[in-house]
Amino acid sequence: MVDLIYFSWIREKIGKPSESIETNATTVAELLEELMKKDIRYSEVFADQDLFRVAINQELTNFDASILNAKEVAFFPPMTGG
Amino acid sequence: MYVSVQNEVFDFSKEIEQFSKKLNNVGALVTFTGIVRGKKSETLDFMFIEHYPGMTENQITSMINNAVKRWNINDALVIHRYGKLEPGEPIMMVATAAEHRREAFEAAEYLMDYLKSRAPFWKKEVINGKEKWVDATVDDELALDRWNKF
Repeated sequence: MVDLIYFSWIREKIGKPSESIETNATTVAELLEELMKKDIRYSEVFADQDLFRVAINQELTNFDASILNAKEVAFFPPMTGG
Repeated sequence: MYVSVQNEVFDFSKEIEQFSKKLNNVGALVTFTGIVRGKKSETLDFMFIEHYPGMTENQITSMINNAVKRWNINDALVIHRYGKLEPGEPIMMVATAAEHRREAFEAAEYLMDYLKSRAPFWKKEVINGKEKWVDATVDDELALDRWNKF
């Protein structure tokens, strides 16, 4: 089981802040492919990889990263703090 | 080091007073406070800030550790709010203390640049009743480049 966490407009478009899923994916990219096949909401949100970022276990990473040790995978737009 | 991610309004003069009491052997203290502004020709009703609890604190702590190493500053403070913020209220503040002003100023700017695009906060503006997520800008990313040019 892996927890998926969404922020900002990604949370709003997917319609929930988080979910726990079973997955056979080994990388973020594979996980995204799996999600995009599941429901149109995911394919709309994740179609353009330039528009969002990923963190695994609260560390920023890239789409090639392994999720084999991931407890928590978060997707969010570029940050706007400060 | 003092890091606080909080919903409550803070009083920057009190924060700086407390922070400065603990300092030793410091010749320069730089502070910056960001404030929610009303947009020109539009009325900002309020701002809403979302963040990633846990990751936010960790990212800020590691930014401060990097600044301490790079500029040999004595101490730093970062306060950043989340939730609903009204125009005129403080959003965040940074304070850096060092022996000399150049280190204190540069470390403060570095922290502000990194807070803007590497701390997991997302701002939403509500203008005349309409909600809009604030987009990150190319300039935000370019601001980070200058710290990697050494």
